[in-house]
Amino acid sequence: MILALTIGLLVAGAAYLMFDRSYLRTILGLLLFGHAVNLLLFATGGTQRRGEPLEGTDPALSADPLPQAFVLTAIVIAFAIVVVMLVLAVTGRAGDDTRDRGPAETPDDDGDDRTGDGSRTENGSRDGDDGPTGDPQGHGGPASNGDRPADRAGVTR
Amino acid sequence: MTATMLPLFVGLPLLAAGITAPARACAPWARAVLIALLIANLAAGIALVATTSSGAVLAEQVGGWPGGIAIPFVGDTLSALMLTVTGLLALVCAVFGLMTGTGEARLYPPLVMALVGGVNGALLTADIFNLFVFIEVMLLPSYGLLVLARSGQGTLRSVTGARLYVAFNLFVSTLFLAGVAMVYGTAGTVNLAELAGAAQQSPTVAVAAGICIAALSMKAAVVPVHGWLAQAYPSTSPTISALFSGLHTKVAIYAIYRIYAVVFDGDTRWLWIGVVLFSATMLIGVLGAVGESTMRSILAFHMVSQIGYILLGVALFTPLGLAAGIFYLLHHMIVKASLFLSCGAVEERHGTDALARIRGVARRDPLLVAAFGMAALSLAGLPPFSGFVAKLTLILAALDAGQIAAAVVAIVVSLLTLLSMIKIWNVLVKRPDEDDTATGSTGDTLVAAPPVPRVGLRLTLPGLVLAMVTLGLGLGAELLYGLSATAAAGLLDTSSYVEAVLPR
Repeated sequence: MILALTIGLLVAGAAYLMFDRSYLRTILGLLLFGHAVNLLLFATGGTQRRGEPLEGTDPALSADPLPQAFVLTAIVIAFAIVVVMLVLAVTGRAGDDTRDRGPAETPDDDGDDRTGDGSRTENGSRDGDDGPTGDPQGHGGPASNGDRPADRAGVTR
Repeated sequence: MTATMLPLFVGLPLLAAGITAPARACAPWARAVLIALLIANLAAGIALVATTSSGAVLAEQVGGWPGGIAIPFVGDTLSALMLTVTGLLALVCAVFGLMTGTGEARLYPPLVMALVGGVNGALLTADIFNLFVFIEVMLLPSYGLLVLARSGQGTLRSVTGARLYVAFNLFVSTLFLAGVAMVYGTAGTVNLAELAGAAQQSPTVAVAAGICIAALSMKAAVVPVHGWLAQAYPSTSPTISALFSGLHTKVAIYAIYRIYAVVFDGDTRWLWIGVVLFSATMLIGVLGAVGESTMRSILAFHMVSQIGYILLGVALFTPLGLAAGIFYLLHHMIVKASLFLSCGAVEERHGTDALARIRGVARRDPLLVAAFGMAALSLAGLPPFSGFVAKLTLILAALDAGQIAAAVVAIVVSLLTLLSMIKIWNVLVKRPDEDDTATGSTGDTLVAAPPVPRVGLRLTLPGLVLAMVTLGLGLGAELLYGLSATAAAGLLDTSSYVEAVLPR
């Protein structure tokens, strides 16, 4: 029961974080989702049987080693991908996640984009409450606006 | 080709990837290893098709463990055909990459080989947890290729595309893993042969396997989860777009065919969901292409539309429908890669794939335009190309199964496909000095028109070779259709597959 509640809590947290448009939060959300699924994998092995799966242990009491092997594999894979995502989060310019690939965008208007993008980020970190006018995509309510600059700064390099 | 050789399909590419990883950028020996490996891979695929063409199934229990405990590798007609076509595309796209800037990246040869190893593993494994692992083995090098492809130029677009692609794929893979966990929890096994028919008997297993199929459909870009593909594919280099279009979504489609056939045993109760979703995919994908203004984003939207056609085969689940779906899958992989390569060649030389800026291609490179035209007509489904056979059999199968609405959608979407292919065609054949209202308004006409660059034969050849293959498959459709029908029979009656994996 506690396991099920924990999985539910993790998924709820993951869903909340993934709906944020900031890339770092999406990564954290995916991380939580991964943990929830790992616990789910554990639960499939049965939590009552906890004996070592070694020779001499009663098979009815020994833990199922297969889900544990699954979880180990899944953790390694998810870890590797999260590292890639963290690198992607700090490469390139911040805030490009708020801009759709419009029809007018062609590779050579990258220059304009750089200046436009930079000034926007600067505004964001200077006055935290630029609200819906400063933020072209309108990021959620005031709660999410308040902590955006710090968040942006974390991603900007 | 014997069963014991099956693990080599995964082992050799990964080994070669490891060996070439320390090579310096553009090292000739690393390139030689890459090409040699991909040729060997294609040859082995053809050998496997020859072995399994009668419907025989090869199975290898990796590590010599008894059946049910070992991780099984299984080669049947369907996986052999997929291995061959993915091998062909990997070879052609890798050669194209070496001739363009993409191949100059230091890690290009090892990443492509690791990608091929992952694709082969996903096509051969008969264990759904192992399928998850191999899909990840396939995706991890892809993340590298996606970013490497454009290092130094256009960072904004390539990083945005990669961010979306990686986040989306991690999410969907985790969802797939949750499905695998539930399958293990409800059925007590993840071995496909032991799961045979399990979802038909038990509703809980059906829900668990349904989550797996839902995750795979997202990976295959089925509507309503198709937006990522149209965003991510055009954002990388042309070579990588072509490579991914041939390999990635198609592995997911293969897995959907396999899991629905084996685990659900073709359960007729759920087929209507597929018919509705896949018809919507056809229509929405092709309509999405109408508003696009660059060649590769048009092609990416078409891919979504074509995925609807391919999966309609499994949603019909009749012998004719499955055979048509498999034929369509193989035909589509070749044609789409050909189109991406032809457009990619133009983009490489002209520096852009925006429709408004390209002109004069037909004058300088008639061969390239001919290759594009052949592939485009094949995509739209006109004779004598393979697309005609694929579409005709699929529509006949839909009518045969009583899905009149799906057949009508398929015909209407064909016309719309032709429409937007004409859009690219018009740009390619446009004369260099031709006045254009779109560019006239921005003042481009005041400047003397820059000389039109020539694409050249080397970059034209890869797309042309694949266009020739589609022509060949259209004229000699009997051979591939026969093999597709054998593969479909293997999906309809899974007993030989189960028998091979779990010998009694």
